[in-house]
Amino acid sequence: MAVEPVVDVAVEDLAGAARTEGDEPVAGIAPSRLALRRLRRNKTALAFGALFLVVVAICLAAPLWANEVAHTDAYKNHLTDRIVVDGKPTDVVAPDGVPVGPTWQGRFFLGADEGGRDIAVRLLYGGRTSLMIGAGAALLTILLAIMLGTLAGYLGGWVDTIISRSLDVVWSFPVVLLGVALGTALALGGLQIGPIEIQGDSLLIPLLIIGLVNVVYMARPLRGQVLALREKEFVEAARAQGLGPLRIMFSEILPNLSSTIIVFFPLMVANAILLEAALSFLGAGVQAPQPSWGTMIGAGVEKIVTGPHQAIVPGAMLALTVLALNVFGDGVRDAFDPRAKVRR
Amino acid sequence: MARFVARRLAAMIAVLFAISVITFMIFNVIPNGDPAYRLAGKSPTPDTLAAIRRTWGFDKPVPVQYLKTMQKVFTGDLISYTNNVDVVDEIVQDFPRTLSLAVGAGVMWMFFAVCLGLFTAVKAGRFADRFVTVLALIGISMPVFWVGAMMNYFLGFKAGIFPNGGYVPLTEDPLGWAYHLILPWTALSLLFIGVYSRVLRSNLLDTMSEDFVRTARAKGISERRILLRHVLRNSMIPIVTLWGLDFGAVVGGGAILTEVVFDLQGVGQYAAESIKSLDIPPVLAIVMFGAFFVVLMNTIVDIVYATLDPRIRVS
Repeated sequence: MAVEPVVDVAVEDLAGAARTEGDEPVAGIAPSRLALRRLRRNKTALAFGALFLVVVAICLAAPLWANEVAHTDAYKNHLTDRIVVDGKPTDVVAPDGVPVGPTWQGRFFLGADEGGRDIAVRLLYGGRTSLMIGAGAALLTILLAIMLGTLAGYLGGWVDTIISRSLDVVWSFPVVLLGVALGTALALGGLQIGPIEIQGDSLLIPLLIIGLVNVVYMARPLRGQVLALREKEFVEAARAQGLGPLRIMFSEILPNLSSTIIVFFPLMVANAILLEAALSFLGAGVQAPQPSWGTMIGAGVEKIVTGPHQAIVPGAMLALTVLALNVFGDGVRDAFDPRAKVRR
Repeated sequence: MARFVARRLAAMIAVLFAISVITFMIFNVIPNGDPAYRLAGKSPTPDTLAAIRRTWGFDKPVPVQYLKTMQKVFTGDLISYTNNVDVVDEIVQDFPRTLSLAVGAGVMWMFFAVCLGLFTAVKAGRFADRFVTVLALIGISMPVFWVGAMMNYFLGFKAGIFPNGGYVPLTEDPLGWAYHLILPWTALSLLFIGVYSRVLRSNLLDTMSEDFVRTARAKGISERRILLRHVLRNSMIPIVTLWGLDFGAVVGGGAILTEVVFDLQGVGQYAAESIKSLDIPPVLAIVMFGAFFVVLMNTIVDIVYATLDPRIRVS
């Protein structure tokens, strides 16, 4: 969206396709292929998509960095250790409590926190947590939203009334506050659904909460789309052939929602990562001492006076990741839904 | 119109009831274990526990518990067991701070969003447009509490240009009030400026291709006048609606992160501190009041919208 020529890409694509075909009968191009072609032309979006993949890759390589380069783990306190920086021996944490800043070498590459822990190592492990929660929550949101949106939109009647009114109620809660309320309540006692028991400090709790509170933002537009699809001829044809409602929802409606779902996914992951950070910052998400970008920012802000790098590093990493997802997601939206983009 | 308002108010009451039930369930029913333990704070005495069980009705069926809880929240009889403070009094006392933050930020984000939206729409497709769009994307990608902390540290603590957090009441010192709130307003506004300017930009571009704009141009009206009088006015309705909803959400709990970072001691920070000490009664009350406020704002926005645009009333 951002840095690309403002031309009608769709029309250009069609014209180009028609030209290359020459005298041959003009073959139709699937909308998804057209969309991918548009996405491929959007170099900015692709670059930021690649940046996101790089972030994922280095976070997955966390144990490698921890064991081979930094020789520590995410929890180990090096309060009394001394390291050599620029040829001078330096305390990891000075006697007045000031942790060492970025050393740009293997050990304490991005400095230490007030507990003498290696920030670079924690950043990578925290990234795993944040990304896992972000992607998991986004998947949960999408699955639930597809279910609720399709049921409400296709079946209509009392099913629609119940689902839509419930979504209205959830919509009324400010997101952060609802997440915090659930997080606080569940962190105290954990969660028990039948035979499944989840501990209060489990990562699954923030994942579930974030996945749930975001559902409404996606279920509503999906429902609207299903309402429109329901009236289309192909659905009528399917019904005339005697297909049941479940079959129609799965094999007729669902494939037509795919572009919306694809468009939503990167933006939902970005949203979920931000919400994880907010909840953890408030103490209602990932529980300390487990590293996540949110808990690291929270701890860093508290100790910012002793060394601003403790807050800058995780925050910048988080902002960069979310920015990459947002720019890529914007590009995906422009590619899959050209009408959403405004041209002159 | 009267029928529309009546219908809307009835719906509002139904939603308020549903919200109170959900909030009650979140804190008193869903988690396993003894609810009295959770309410009592970190280290309860047996006496407190017995008193909580009696006054909250935990020995009675769930509907009775619900009624007792509602009674406590709305008669101002809700006590924080951690420090024996009346929760509703505390909320009322903190409310002006939250409102100051929300009103100032609301004005700020609306003003800058309109400026940026107009600018990017006029320059659509050119470098300036792309540049501002990238800035807007950066704005929505940074967590507000991190931006706030950075501003507070570098501009407040290090450079000393702005105060390092804190709040001065408007009635005591209006200048000091604004001075202390500039950074919080800015931090909170960034996200909304990013979102609003992009929405306004696309609305403006949509409106610019309408027939009445061509007519206005054909009549020889200046471009400037067309943009401000015809295009902007018609593009503002969705933005104003959005503003009403977001303002409600900010007052109803969205300001929690900003308040904590700048130590404004508003309702949101009260909630955050209660969460940290696992003090449930304030969290319960703030979540409920926050959601109530959001619903109230939504209803007001709907009614104002219907007054402005008669087509809404029919549907």
